Amino acid sequence: MLIRNLCNIALAGIALLLSGCSGGVLDPKGQIGIDEKNLIIIATILMLLVVVPVIVMTLYFAWKYRDSRTHEVYAPKWAHSTKIEATVWTIPIIIVAILGVITWQSTQDLDPYKPLEDKGEHLVVEVVSLNWKWLFIYPEQGIASVNELVFPANKPVQFKITSESTMNSFFIPQLGSQIYSMAGMETKLHLIANEPGTFDGYSANYSGAGFTGMQFDAIATPDESSFNTWVNQVKAQDEVLDPASYQTLALPSEYHPVTYYGQVTPGLFHSIVMKYMQAHDDMAHSKHAMVSHSAAQQHSAHEE
Amino acid sequence: MSLFGKLSINAIPFHEPILVGTFAVVVLAGLLIAGLVTKYQKWGVIWHDWVTSVDHKRLGVMYIILALIMLIRGFSDAIMMRTQLAMATNGAAGYLPPEHYDQIFTAHGVIMIIFMAMPFMIGLMNIILPLQIGARDVAFPFLNNLSFWLTAGGAILINISLFVGEFAKTGWVAYPPLSELTYSPGVGADYYIWALQISGLGTLLTGVNFLVTVFKMRAPGMSLMKMPIFTWTCTWANILIAASFPILTAVLAMLTLDRYLGFHFFTNDAGGNAMMYINLFWAWGHPEVYILILPAFGIFSEVVSTFTGKRLFGYKSMVYASGAISVLGFIVWLHHFFTMGSSANVNAFFGVMTMVIAVPTGVKLFNWLFTIYRGRLRISVPILWALGFMVTFTIGGMTGVLLAIPGADYVLHNSLFLIAHFHNTIIGGAVFGYLAGFAFWFPKAMGFKLHEGWGKSAFWCWLIGFIFAFVPLYVLGFLGMTRRLNHTNNPDWNIWLYIACGGAFIIMFGIISQIIQLYVSFKNREALADTTGDPWNGHTLEWSTASPPQYYNFAKIPQVRDIDTWTDFKEQGKAYQPQLAYNPIHMPKNTSAGVLISMSLTAFCFAMIWHIWWLAAFGFISAITVFIKRCYTSDVDYYVQPEEIVEIEHAHIHSATNNQEAKA
Amino acid sequence: MSSLTANANSAEFDSNELNALVHEHHDTGGNTVFGFWLYLMTDCLLFASFFATYAVLYMNTAGGVSGKDIFELGFVGVETAALLLSSITFGFAMISAHAQKKAYTLAWLMVTFALGAIFIGMEVYEFHHLIEHGNGPQQSAFLTSFFSLVGLHGLHVTAGLVWMTVMMIEVMRRGLTSQTTTRLSCLSLFWHFLDVVWICVFTVVYLMGAM
Repeated sequence: MLIRNLCNIALAGIALLLSGCSGGVLDPKGQIGIDEKNLIIIATILMLLVVVPVIVMTLYFAWKYRDSRTHEVYAPKWAHSTKIEATVWTIPIIIVAILGVITWQSTQDLDPYKPLEDKGEHLVVEVVSLNWKWLFIYPEQGIASVNELVFPANKPVQFKITSESTMNSFFIPQLGSQIYSMAGMETKLHLIANEPGTFDGYSANYSGAGFTGMQFDAIATPDESSFNTWVNQVKAQDEVLDPASYQTLALPSEYHPVTYYGQVTPGLFHSIVMKYMQAHDDMAHSKHAMVSHSAAQQHSAHEE
Repeated sequence: MSLFGKLSINAIPFHEPILVGTFAVVVLAGLLIAGLVTKYQKWGVIWHDWVTSVDHKRLGVMYIILALIMLIRGFSDAIMMRTQLAMATNGAAGYLPPEHYDQIFTAHGVIMIIFMAMPFMIGLMNIILPLQIGARDVAFPFLNNLSFWLTAGGAILINISLFVGEFAKTGWVAYPPLSELTYSPGVGADYYIWALQISGLGTLLTGVNFLVTVFKMRAPGMSLMKMPIFTWTCTWANILIAASFPILTAVLAMLTLDRYLGFHFFTNDAGGNAMMYINLFWAWGHPEVYILILPAFGIFSEVVSTFTGKRLFGYKSMVYASGAISVLGFIVWLHHFFTMGSSANVNAFFGVMTMVIAVPTGVKLFNWLFTIYRGRLRISVPILWALGFMVTFTIGGMTGVLLAIPGADYVLHNSLFLIAHFHNTIIGGAVFGYLAGFAFWFPKAMGFKLHEGWGKSAFWCWLIGFIFAFVPLYVLGFLGMTRRLNHTNNPDWNIWLYIACGGAFIIMFGIISQIIQLYVSFKNREALADTTGDPWNGHTLEWSTASPPQYYNFAKIPQVRDIDTWTDFKEQGKAYQPQLAYNPIHMPKNTSAGVLISMSLTAFCFAMIWHIWWLAAFGFISAITVFIKRCYTSDVDYYVQPEEIVEIEHAHIHSATNNQEAKA
Repeated sequence: MSSLTANANSAEFDSNELNALVHEHHDTGGNTVFGFWLYLMTDCLLFASFFATYAVLYMNTAGGVSGKDIFELGFVGVETAALLLSSITFGFAMISAHAQKKAYTLAWLMVTFALGAIFIGMEVYEFHHLIEHGNGPQQSAFLTSFFSLVGLHGLHVTAGLVWMTVMMIEVMRRGLTSQTTTRLSCLSLFWHFLDVVWICVFTVVYLMGAM
């Protein structure tokens, strides 16, 4: 309770301070982001309880005990005090213990893999980082887009994330958590937008020459119907994303324009995740059972 | 395969005006120095007294010279990046294309950590540690020389990469698969691998060398809990070196095998696992930051207790806190990649473990505070750095704990907040510490004090510049700006990018102040001379020697009974007492083997980078041959005769006591 | 920590020669052996990194062979026996060296060398055989980590053999001086250390892999 009250006061204070800022982590537009912002603020206040006294004491002691103030007590041999030492060990331990509890709890709550169950049905989006662009596949709708992510506000979104080549990090600061995209593996992230809007999306992990250009718009539509309108627009496109056109798309390119695919080969995402396993199917001494075994290994190792 | 492997005239970047200009400047400066050395006929001195020296004090000075040169190189990279980002706003391209910019931030990271901070730390340790424990040298003086030249070899390689070929474009962590042959086919990543590998070998040898020195060569009476605190923190750092650098060696070797022989440790295909690299890299990388910071903590402890004229408060707490930091440093590496998708429990465990480190660190801060409490604080350059550190590092520690909370890290990871945090701890912690140690021990190493005014100017420029350069990065992190961007297009960010660039220029004035300080101090070395060997009224044994110390350090090994041995001696009236008789002192002879071995290995590495196999074989075999030859050289030591010792000792005691009488 | 110092101190006094005490001689055989022992600990961590990598990668066969398909325990058993035996013979060499028996020392060193050479020869044969049958280290992450871990040990043994050659020449030319004995002690530590590492390799890689 105390923490919540503290938090509210602090929120008001910080909101005032940062009222000029828009965008970014301190201006969240989704539940995950809001929780994370609150977490940052609570933790900061807790730590300031030690940090501010330390800074003040440093400056005060340095001023008070400077050599020109000869009337101050000078105790050159005084180097131990059980009372002080017990105190200076205890205070950080208490603060860290409180922070530790908060950390444990918040890490469970904000686990990127945890579905936002109380918010309703998920929209599933499969995300592939390519050199140097983002591919978003909507398996339920059978469409795909490049460098533009559209989803309805107030509906939780489940992102399944992988990479075609190098490691990237899928990050929409205003919505909250980021997660790495890695080739041959699938990571997961659950986010929600609490209000409609267009948010900046980035790759947060450097991946080579065209990395800076790996930006996309994450558009939260006001409601389901406007999202469906967008889906239908995309479906009307002639472009088809099949293994062949995917190969073309996967070639390195920078500042790839927003592209829509009206149709996507089912299971494409899965085959991208699995491709480094399947490449060895053709080998003379391949043993099929082992392939699926080791593929599943690698796959599940990460889900854990 | 041609005679020069992949090396051809095309490897020289003639098309890069910045590089050609830099090259011209370097060549001119080199010619100027060579000319001066020739004019004053100092080649012999440089070779016989420095390059081949096995004296820990001279090696320490050479380490620090290397660190300062690399500081300038690394800082040039920094200021280029900041200028680029200040120019490339609103979608403008700036003046550094990704091709060049990506090399710069990679080089900046590698240089500052491996070739600036490490040599600086090891240099100070070299000069001071044997003196503090009352030893005549380190356990293996020849190995010490070899270590230095291996580090220098790495530095040479990384500087060659500027003009021959390219440096890595992978970021200083060189994560695969980006650093694999498929995505980084150039020689840049190979320069990275070999430069780190060779200097890492040097560091590892240093760690082992100093551990033996500390455990086996302390003066009689100096039990472990009577060692000076700087020696203690260095010892913890050396334990960390011995325990973590082999992991770096291993992970670099694996990456080498992947790149050179088509192995599949970290490749995407054939079952390789890039996550393994990331884990191993940080299993080294996290202890590495404690290797950098712990000796700095030791320096602050020495400086604070010296300039307050007091014993260090809570010596035992300090020792145990350093130990706790060292041990915990090994079980927190996963906090560098909370966003890799580990389970909530794993992330939470590593998060909490990381926070626990804040406890011993906090204790240290309080202990410094209570050392100042009831002291007599003399304001001088070293203590200014210490006070500046106590203020800035506290903030860096706080943001570190914040990043240790996985929920917060999910939005702050890889953002400029992270950059601000680790610069806050490495500059505000480690670098401030080294600069404090530099000013504190400079008179010990060189025989004259540094100019106070320029030192203060340097401090204030660094401190203010640091605040202006990095507080904006905290803000930018909150605004959602990620790291390693080449240009930006977000009007909200612009103002902060401009301020940060301004801050970098203020730091530049700090560095310029230091260069001027060195020049002015050298000019006035007569006036600034330290004739007592104890300019700050120090506590520990290094201040009992002359400045610069006698080459054999101690004519007679002192008998220790207190942590602050020198203070104890002064209070007992045992300071500056001539001995009735001196025994001959056994000393190691200088040797060229170290520099020959390491230059052979550097040639080997260069040849490996460019696939010049004959040169690689030649370099490797010649390194081993010189080493074996060195093992069978019997002419490695000599004795200093009592007559010479008497002369040197009397001169020191005479000058010290005269000076004290003059003061009285 | 205190026991460590106690050890360190006693070792120092054991090995200090008389003149070392008189002249405060600063380099002693004790330092060298302690330093070398520390180096071996760092080497141990190098191996640990490769072991850890092997543990992570050994199932990633990428459709290729697994340990079960390629390990021949009988062959590796002989190899192991040769190396274990060489540790014993090195022990005899050290006993002879401490007893100042030059000829015996040399003889035992030669036996040790021969056993070590047999070990390396068999390992090279095994590698060659695997590569010839298309199971080289480039085929899968499992083979990569297998070749690297075993090869790293093999490289160490090879270095040990080179060192042993140099030491044999030294013993022949200079006899068993205190410096030579110190060096032999270091080599002996190295050799036994490699034996211990090999026992781990044999257990973790071969026995557990073949089962």
